[in-house]
Order: sequence, then C-alpha cells, then structure tokens
Amino acid sequence: MSAHEQYAEDLALYAVGALTGAEQQALEQHLADCPACRRELESLRGDASLLALSVSGPAAPARSRERFTKAVAGERHPRTVRRRRSFFEFVPLLAAAAVVLICILLWRENVQLRRRLDHAEARMLDDSAVAKAREIVAMFNSPNVARYSLTAMNSTPKPHAKCMYEMKSGHLLLLASNLAPLPAGKTYQLWIIPMTGDKPVPAGMFKPNASGDAMLMDPTIPAGVEAKNFAVTIEAEGGSATPTMPIQMMGSGG
Amino acid sequence: MTELYDRHSCLVYSVALRVLGDTGAAEDVLQDVFLQLWRNPGAFNAARGKLAPWLAVIARHKAIDHVRGRREQTDIEDIVLSVDAHLEEAADRERAATKIRAALAAMPGEQRKALEMAFFQGLTHTEIAQQTGDPLGTVKTRIRSGLIQLRKVFEQ
Repeated sequence: MSAHEQYAEDLALYAVGALTGAEQQALEQHLADCPACRRELESLRGDASLLALSVSGPAAPARSRERFTKAVAGERHPRTVRRRRSFFEFVPLLAAAAVVLICILLWRENVQLRRRLDHAEARMLDDSAVAKAREIVAMFNSPNVARYSLTAMNSTPKPHAKCMYEMKSGHLLLLASNLAPLPAGKTYQLWIIPMTGDKPVPAGMFKPNASGDAMLMDPTIPAGVEAKNFAVTIEAEGGSATPTMPIQMMGSGG
Repeated sequence: MTELYDRHSCLVYSVALRVLGDTGAAEDVLQDVFLQLWRNPGAFNAARGKLAPWLAVIARHKAIDHVRGRREQTDIEDIVLSVDAHLEEAADRERAATKIRAALAAMPGEQRKALEMAFFQGLTHTEIAQQTGDPLGTVKTRIRSGLIQLRKVFEQ
C-alpha cells in the first residue's frame, strides 16, 4: 500500500477525531502538502457532520439564550470580519459617492449662477440713469414738489409744452404746463406734422392735472415718422383720427 | 446573531448533550460555540460550506474537549467541511435527519457502533479496538465505510 493510500485510510479516522499520536502528526504533515487529501478530508468531515445532524434532542433552555444575549451585549462587536468583499459590494458605495459628487458640482454651479444674477440685478438697479429717470418721473406726479412757471416779467403764464422725439427709437416725451382745464368729455391730443407733407399723425392724448401739468410718454405711434413739427388740439374723449381746429399749441423748434 | 442562535441553538445543544450527557455542561458548550462565532465570524467561511453541519461538528469537538479536560481547545478555524445535502431550512434539516437516522439503522451494528464511539464518545481508534476487541485495521475500515454510507444518503 502506497503512503498516499495509507493516509487516505487515516483520513476517515481523522475526520471523526479518532486519530491520535504519531499517526495524527504524520497525517497532518501530509495534509499540508496534499490538496487531494485535504478535499477528501472536507468531504469526510461533512459525512461526520451528518452523524451530528441526526441527533434529535431538546431545545436549549431559555436561560441559555438570555445568557448569550447578555454576553454579546456586554462585549464590543469584533472589529475584524474576515470576508472577501467582491466588487459588487462596493457598487452602492460608488453610486452614493457619484451622487454626492454630482450634488457638489450642481451646488457650485448654483452658487455661480446666483452670483451672476445678483450682479445683473445690481447693475440694473445701480444704473444711475435709470434711477434718475425714475425719480424725475416720480417727481412729476409727486404732491410734495413745488411747481413754478417762469415767464417773462410783466406777463401772465401761458400754456406751454416741451416735446422731445427720437425718430430712430420711436421715443416721445411731452411735458406740458399751464394747460387750461378741459371741459368734461374732452382731451388734449398731440399730432406729429410729418416732413413728407402727409396729414398729421395722431401721437397720443393727455389731460392736465389740478396744477395744469401734463405728461405724455411713449405714445403708440407708427415707426419712422420724420417730424417737421408738433401740434396739440382738443378732441373728444378717446381721440380723433384727424385734428379738430383750432390748433391749441404749435411747435416752434426742430 | 441572535437569529443564528435561534435557528441553530437546538442543534448545538443536542449534539453537546449527546456527547456530555449533562445539561449544565451542554449549556456551557452552547454558550462557548456561539460566543466564539460572534467574536470571530470569519472562522466560518460561508463561501465554503453550510453553517448547520459546521456548527454541529464544532459542537462535538468542543464537547469532547470539555470531556477530556483538554487545555488545547480545537481550533475551529481549521474545521472546513463540505456537505451535499440541502440544509438551509429547518424543514430541510428535519428531512435530512430522518434520512440519516434511517441510514444508521440500516448499517451493520458494529459499523454504527464504531462511528458513534469515535464521534460521540471521542474515543481514539486504539481505544475502540480495545473496547470492541477488534483489530485496528477493522476499526479503521468500519469507520471509513460508515462515513461513505452516510455520504451515499445524499448522493442522488
């Protein structure tokens, strides 16, 4: 019988724990070098375990369970858990890390966008020209503003208006003062007298306030009308397509 | 961990009780087995085998160590075994136990006796030979044949 066969026989004894002494040591030395015998030993130990599994017995007493849970609660859980971690166990961790990374990037972008928005708003608000214009417009209607009409010495204040028109942009601003109060159902209407000689173009309506002042800003007018002059008439409420004589006010500049 | 305890404490306790015949000692072994497992979960390699048979064998070894008053306890990490049976559910284990008992009953008396003396009483093959009056070689053969017989129960 070869040495290997000898060991194979001893394996069964070893598996049930019945091998001792010199024979046990010799077998253990052999097992260190023989994977085939190690595998067979595993199978034989498995067979031996079947013997153990066949034992039928009573359940452990309840106090044992208490004893165990108490002992476990008292001890810190072991730090080391020897277990080979496969790549797939890291997938949830990687996914969580990716989510965190994306959140950080989005948050940073959000901060940048907000900053740009703040700057834009600040620029708008900070635009002094706009602010000034607002203030001037507000002053027009403000009850706190003192109003004076300056005229030449020894003369009474007459209705007066200043009209500013930029053909390119279509902006039109009219500021009038000392206007005579209107009868009910009437309104003042502004006209552009075109350079072309065509009939007058309606350019918005306005009514004086209690102080006789009026303002007309950006009325709806056709684009690109080159103005020769401006005129004001009194029309029925809602305006007219053609001016009603007499002309109340007429421009003198250009 | 308590889940594992609830699932397998009965098995560990009954094996220990079978070996020791003493409930107090069996409870000590039960405690020892599960505490060791809790302290060192890596001792059992789940990739290599099933827990129930492994616990049963550990219980046996610890119980024998207890009987023999051995200073050197069995190193449970050294115990690796492979079993072909389905043992996941309690019902599976019950069915397996019934089959094994039937196989044991069908075995020649001396064969079963030799197995039990070695496994549950922890006798060495020399001691078994002395007690039975059989030659050493016969004892070896009987134990080996007995184990192979048990293996056949699940080799379908």
